[in-house]
Amino acid sequence: MLRYIGRRLVASALVLLVASALIFVLVRAFGPDPAEARCRYSRSKAACMQEQREFLGLNESLPEQYFRFMGDFLQGDWGNSQRTDRSVAESVGDDLWESSQLAFWGVLVSVGLAVAIGGYSARKPYSKGDSLFTGLAFAGISMPTFWFGLITIHYLTGGLKDMLGTTEPIFYSIPNPVGSGPLEYARELTLPVLVLSVQLVAGWSRYQRSSMLDELHNDYIRTARAKGLSERRVVWKHGLRNSISPLVTVVALDFGGLFGGLIITERVFSRPGMGTLVLDAAISGDTQVLIPWMFVTGAIIILFNLLADVLYGVLDPRVRVA
Amino acid sequence: MTHTPPAPALLEVEGLEVEFKTEDGIVHAVNGVSLVVGMRETLAVVGESGSGKSVTALSIMGLVTKPGRITNGAVSFAGRDLRTLTDKEYRGLRGGDLAMIFQDPLSSLNPAFRVGDQIAEAIRAHSDTSKAAARERAAELLALVGIPQASTRARDYPHQFSGGMRQRAMIAMAIANVPKLLIADEPTTALDVTIQAQVLEVLQAAQRETDAAMLLITHDLGIVAGLADRVVVMYAGRIVEEATLDDLFYDPRHPYTIGLLGSLPRLDDKRGEPLRTIPGSPPGLYSLSVGCALAPRCAFAIDRCRSEQPELRVAGAAADHRSACFRAEELPGLRSEQPA
Amino acid sequence: MSQDLAPLAEVGASGAPVRSYLRLVARRFRGHKVAVAALVVLVLLAGLAVFVNVMSPYEANPIPLTPEILGEAREQPTWDHIFGTDKLGRDMFTRSLVGLQKSLQIGFGVAIVSVLIGVVIGSLAGYYRGWIDALLMRFTDLILVLPALAVLIILASTPEPSFFGLFDFPPATTVTGMVIVISVLGWMPMARIVRGEFLSLREKEFVDAARAAGASGPRIIVRHLLPNAVGPIVVFGTLEVGLAILTEATLSFLGLGIQLPKISLGNLIADAEGTVGTDLAYLVIFPGLILFLIVLCVNFIGDGLRDALDPRAVR
Repeated sequence: MLRYIGRRLVASALVLLVASALIFVLVRAFGPDPAEARCRYSRSKAACMQEQREFLGLNESLPEQYFRFMGDFLQGDWGNSQRTDRSVAESVGDDLWESSQLAFWGVLVSVGLAVAIGGYSARKPYSKGDSLFTGLAFAGISMPTFWFGLITIHYLTGGLKDMLGTTEPIFYSIPNPVGSGPLEYARELTLPVLVLSVQLVAGWSRYQRSSMLDELHNDYIRTARAKGLSERRVVWKHGLRNSISPLVTVVALDFGGLFGGLIITERVFSRPGMGTLVLDAAISGDTQVLIPWMFVTGAIIILFNLLADVLYGVLDPRVRVA
Repeated sequence: MTHTPPAPALLEVEGLEVEFKTEDGIVHAVNGVSLVVGMRETLAVVGESGSGKSVTALSIMGLVTKPGRITNGAVSFAGRDLRTLTDKEYRGLRGGDLAMIFQDPLSSLNPAFRVGDQIAEAIRAHSDTSKAAARERAAELLALVGIPQASTRARDYPHQFSGGMRQRAMIAMAIANVPKLLIADEPTTALDVTIQAQVLEVLQAAQRETDAAMLLITHDLGIVAGLADRVVVMYAGRIVEEATLDDLFYDPRHPYTIGLLGSLPRLDDKRGEPLRTIPGSPPGLYSLSVGCALAPRCAFAIDRCRSEQPELRVAGAAADHRSACFRAEELPGLRSEQPA
Repeated sequence: MSQDLAPLAEVGASGAPVRSYLRLVARRFRGHKVAVAALVVLVLLAGLAVFVNVMSPYEANPIPLTPEILGEAREQPTWDHIFGTDKLGRDMFTRSLVGLQKSLQIGFGVAIVSVLIGVVIGSLAGYYRGWIDALLMRFTDLILVLPALAVLIILASTPEPSFFGLFDFPPATTVTGMVIVISVLGWMPMARIVRGEFLSLREKEFVDAARAAGASGPRIIVRHLLPNAVGPIVVFGTLEVGLAILTEATLSFLGLGIQLPKISLGNLIADAEGTVGTDLAYLVIFPGLILFLIVLCVNFIGDGLRDALDPRAVR
């Protein structure tokens, strides 16, 4: 097992290295031109561009630029934002913390709901309840997240306030302006977590339904019933235990998509975080931020893929002992 | 009932009918099966796959699941009508007085849990036992079924067990709560031939240990010979012959039984005759046949067989020997006329 | 069920068996009631979108804005303006349908381009295997590791995209540019699916037979392997339409795609974002409903096609 983890770790590091080069080329070749971004409002644009290209080192060859950048990056010198002049390392650190909270609750809620819905549907396939959840899952997959966010704000902040006749909205549509504590934290995060979860729950619950259905057709389920166990124990102990490792894999593999969800959710709810950071950087052509941002998220995604591999081994005794 | 079982009846099945709804139509898996198992008796149910023998067993366990459904018949066990039990009452019986061993021991054990824990779970489902005590008892049971270093092996996962050991573990699980009736559904079919005899011995020992009656379901008459007191032969969801072990082997009164015996290899067969098989294949059970379901494959079939359903009636010398063949009395004569 | 597919390859493009196969698919599809209903709704909506200029009494971007038009500004939905009017009195239903037009163009455009890229890469990897397969699939995995929406945002935010100044692309503010950008990140699942199909198909007897008869690699791929992988390809293509429509709307909402005054469903919603929480929120709700409905229809159709074309697939 340890050797297996070691091998995967080396492979992941390799993928990360190649990915970093790809990201660098991608942003340099197809991304915004940082010199252009700096000179967008200059009167003598050509001269300004010339000057800035020299200053930013854009006249060097691409490999030279890459190695210089990587050298600085690995030494912790991530440079400053062209737009705000803030240290990139600092803003990535802060925004990662903000996004992590949203992502943590979003994933937790989504996994919980997916397991509950998937289990229910697998126990009663093609029942009315199952059909309802199937319909909801299709709605979730087809839902434009940003629009759902706006609708939620419309109906669940102002709308709900009017309906209940309270002076203040129950849930906030922007980061909490005043107050702190668990209650305020919940009021602030409920709607963003809800919006972030819609697509995730839709996809994962369908996946969990089919994998639970597969498990419930297995002979060991019949054995569990023949032992005299209650149906609840049969499904939620024996069935769930075997369907959990595939779900963990899917959740980890969806981490790339999770960042997409974060970008939209943070934009709609005006929250600081990794999503807002990349969006602002892209719109202002701030490649100083874009490249480290991509490195960090790429590393996180690869890390979670690795984690999924390891967890799969830990959760499945057949792999663990081998 | 025209016949009496050798001991007071433990299990009585009367007119059982089970059907499965599939996309292609309704499959009539069991069509009016009646059987009795006495205390401590071993009754073998013999038939090829699709004859309804496993479904009969699952019906007794109350484990027929969708799309299957028991449509008719009565099942009584130790004086209780099983078909009127609530889910909870039935759960109390399952794994308690009524235990079952399945065909494939690998897929029948949950791959994610330790073998000992799976046995302990069966114990704790039926008695107020602490986790530690149940584990200890599980190890004892594993030792009883002949697993060496049982307390260590109890902590293994099923994939670390060999096929024979897995089936031993299944037997240990089944006798964990000292059942009154042990249902063994093809207990050795999935095993290596060399292991089969050992597992059968363990099964017999386990039965003796618990004083249980046994319903042994198999397609293998060789197994039946060593274990059963009486035998029931099933074909196309019906019982076609019912007899004591000796009567069935030495005086079969149904062409299907004769066919089964003919396809059994014998050590004393000196003529070097090739193994006989029964021509044709069992009918699809989408519609119930008007006449005898075997008629299309039967060498002795007459017109009546194709138009009328033969009922189970006393045949041969013994009062407890019954056959569902119109020509049961003529059969011994007919067989000697038949060219070898 | 797979025997339904086998004869298709052997006869290639010749007549009757293909027709009877299509009839079988059509029959199975009709069995999926929701998909049929979704198809009807999709055709209706698409018809409205395509013929909006002819059918609507209003213009999406009336120039000049006459006092009459401006006088109808901010009207709640009525029978005259079923989606209401915006702050300049323009009919929101007409504008939404024009946006839908763009959505459909981009959705189908992306589906076609990413299927093409995916099929080419997947075919090469699945048929030739070896180092070609390893290289292409590692590349595919690598792209899958990147956070897709972030890459799309970076690509779409470039005002004058070009490959190191060697050749230029249309910017993402145009329909073509948008199709290119989304397709660049849309082909990977297709490549994996086609590769998987090919890996199993290439072991079949009819491929051996074709190879023995001296058929070249490309010919075997096109004549023998692709026809047998048509089910998964069509299903993926359909689902990709829905995904691309959502992606385009998202990018436009974020301010990176189609820019006003050119209309897309995403920028209509972004433009009206400030009305959320007011009684003008219908300006956000209705265009979004159209967007949601069209993607829902596409996904249901995809599901029906999966049942009809690829009965082995796990749902």
